[in-house]
Amino acid sequence: MKFRASPDNCRSDLNWWNPPSCGKLPYAMDTDLSSQDRKDLDKFIKFFALKTVQVIVQARLGEKICTRSSSSPTGSDWFNLAIKDIPEVTHEAKKALSGQLPAVGRSMCVEISLKTSEGDSMELEIWCLEMNEKCDKEIKVSYTVYNRLSLLLKSLLAITRVTPAYRLSRKQGHEYVILYRIYFGEVQLSGLGEGFQTVRVGTVGTPVGTITLSCAYRINLAFMSTRAGEDNGAAYPSVEDSQEVCTTSFSTSPPSQCVFTVTKAHFQTPPPVVTDTLKVPVMGLAVSHQLSSSRLSYQPAALGVGSADMGYPVLFAGGLNAAHPHQLIGPGKEGGVPPIPSQPAHGTQADQERMCTPLDGVHYSAATPSSSEDTETVSNSSEGKCGSPHDLLETIFIRKVGAFVNKPINQVTMANLDIPFAMFAPKNIELEDNDPMVNPPDSPETESPLQGSLHSEGSSGSSTGNTHDDFVMIDFKPAFSKDDILPMDLGTFYREFQNPPQLSSLSIDIGAQSMAEDLDSLPEKLAVHEKNVKEFDAFVETLQ
Amino acid sequence: APAMNCRAEVLEVSVEGRQVEEAMLAVLHTVLLHRSTGKFHYKKEGTYSIGTVGTQDVDCDFIDFAYVRVSSEELDRALRKAVGEFKDALRSSGSDGMGQISLEFYQKKKSRWPFSDECIPWELWTIKVNVVNLANEQERQICREKVGEKLCEKIINIVEVMNRHEYLPKMPTQSEVDNVFDTSLKDVQPYLYKISYQITDSLGTSVTTTMRRLIKDTLAL
Repeated sequence: MKFRASPDNCRSDLNWWNPPSCGKLPYAMDTDLSSQDRKDLDKFIKFFALKTVQVIVQARLGEKICTRSSSSPTGSDWFNLAIKDIPEVTHEAKKALSGQLPAVGRSMCVEISLKTSEGDSMELEIWCLEMNEKCDKEIKVSYTVYNRLSLLLKSLLAITRVTPAYRLSRKQGHEYVILYRIYFGEVQLSGLGEGFQTVRVGTVGTPVGTITLSCAYRINLAFMSTRAGEDNGAAYPSVEDSQEVCTTSFSTSPPSQCVFTVTKAHFQTPPPVVTDTLKVPVMGLAVSHQLSSSRLSYQPAALGVGSADMGYPVLFAGGLNAAHPHQLIGPGKEGGVPPIPSQPAHGTQADQERMCTPLDGVHYSAATPSSSEDTETVSNSSEGKCGSPHDLLETIFIRKVGAFVNKPINQVTMANLDIPFAMFAPKNIELEDNDPMVNPPDSPETESPLQGSLHSEGSSGSSTGNTHDDFVMIDFKPAFSKDDILPMDLGTFYREFQNPPQLSSLSIDIGAQSMAEDLDSLPEKLAVHEKNVKEFDAFVETLQ
Repeated sequence: APAMNCRAEVLEVSVEGRQVEEAMLAVLHTVLLHRSTGKFHYKKEGTYSIGTVGTQDVDCDFIDFAYVRVSSEELDRALRKAVGEFKDALRSSGSDGMGQISLEFYQKKKSRWPFSDECIPWELWTIKVNVVNLANEQERQICREKVGEKLCEKIINIVEVMNRHEYLPKMPTQSEVDNVFDTSLKDVQPYLYKISYQITDSLGTSVTTTMRRLIKDTLAL
């Protein structure tokens, strides 16, 4: 028995496979596409393109996506997949398509880019939905093509989670946001930098051509793209303007003029605005987390100080009070600022361990979106090592707080350097290289006992050989100790506890030596104690 | 009856002990995402409607990795049970931590009494696992990242295979649906599948390897 979708514009009918009506043959015997098949095919391709955009954009929102299965067709689920339709995204996609369909030479592209709080932007990925001339005349439109398009969407769901931009997008928030742009026409890959890689999601042959879905993605995050604005000063005003403009219109201009912030806030509240952070010489960590989606995804906690607890405004905001993000917002723009959730310094064992470890990779939080991330960096370890925004934070932090730092606090920080994407810069910073605090000596024998307690053998290096970005040297404060500048919390203590240094007595040379010394000094010590026996006895009495 | 060619794919991963479950689930769920449809509802005149498959993101705790799975608690439970058994077997086998878990898709072919139904596999996924032991947190952190990268590659490999659009069982009539699909779940309908595993013995050879060697040796005489 052969089945054919009934000729109807209603999407729900696509879930029904009806026998042919009107005396038509059950399937086309000739190679020409029947008008009904053509209509169906065009519809399938159109909705496939729209769903493709939804999947890609939703995968870059920075949140986990979850849709429910339904055993009965709801009538609105194209390709038998529960993919939500964000209205603005559909709107933009339809505008870009302008009633056309992907065809040979006319591809639909979704460009994913990153924009920092300083106005620098960088293209990360281009997803291309293309059509080539290779036709499969024999294939059944209403059945095989439809099912294969469904399979291709599933592949897209899977692939969107494995390219580097996924991890970046999960961490968006303070430092940067992920943006998308849809355009139709020729694919433009030049913005991806050198050596970009491509991954093919899949192909589906149809009687009018073969649909191909692929992704070209940047691998070198260290290569900076041009700044969005003309100069630093102008960057912010122009960003604000363009964001306002783009809430109402979306064109195929380059992203610098037309950016579309992909955040949850976008859909619920007026778009967030990147405002005064640029003026803060310290990297604007305390900047409105409105830019992020529902959860506080970026935590400067890599400094080794607690987890997402924003209780250290002195360090992070450079004077601005991090607890009051409203101050950072331009007038009339705040709309729906979520309060900074206070994140207790607890976490799973996994979290704790992540915080102790090198900051190269981007780490996922295993917990729900409401929990914080600890040691994320922006760089993706799989695609090329480069600097992390935390390097800058570490630099700043060390200079402010480290007990052993002998360099002045106003040492140049990366934030002051006029490099686009300073935070993504490779870690070849001389300052850090020469700083013993950042590059602690490898051996367990260290200059001071406190320093030694902070790192274990080999822990300062990482597989990439970047030794100065793995551990932050901080003052060792005993657990629960009070400190005005830097309250130490349990989390920090626990993390440090995780990396104890080698016991010196276990190392043969030192152990033997000190053992010998101890033994030698024993008789003297005993003599002294015997002299003070009366005092000890009296003390013991007081304890009774 | 002519033998059906069974497509076979092999993936290999090296993971730390605590990563075994998540790595296996990531691969199995990704395959099953592609090999599950919505529930079929047959109506009169031989028509059927197909339900909707939902999906959700899963973050791994011990691997820097996230994957998409079908939104079906029943399916997730079934996979977790199988993977849990595999992990336990790996741990308690006393082997060097090598084993493999297989996901086989099959069709049932009804036979006349007294013969029992045949299970004819049409696609076989094998994941070879090598469990490594790590010495310290530093190595564990590197492992988190490396395994995450490897799993990204595996997902791309799986998608590549799926995209070949090679043999898939024909869409069945109502009377045949249970020979092709697992209709026991209430929200989704995967193709009939079974999961099995084997642990490489401590000699470093698996059973299949041993058999192959014997046959080779026999033929060489």
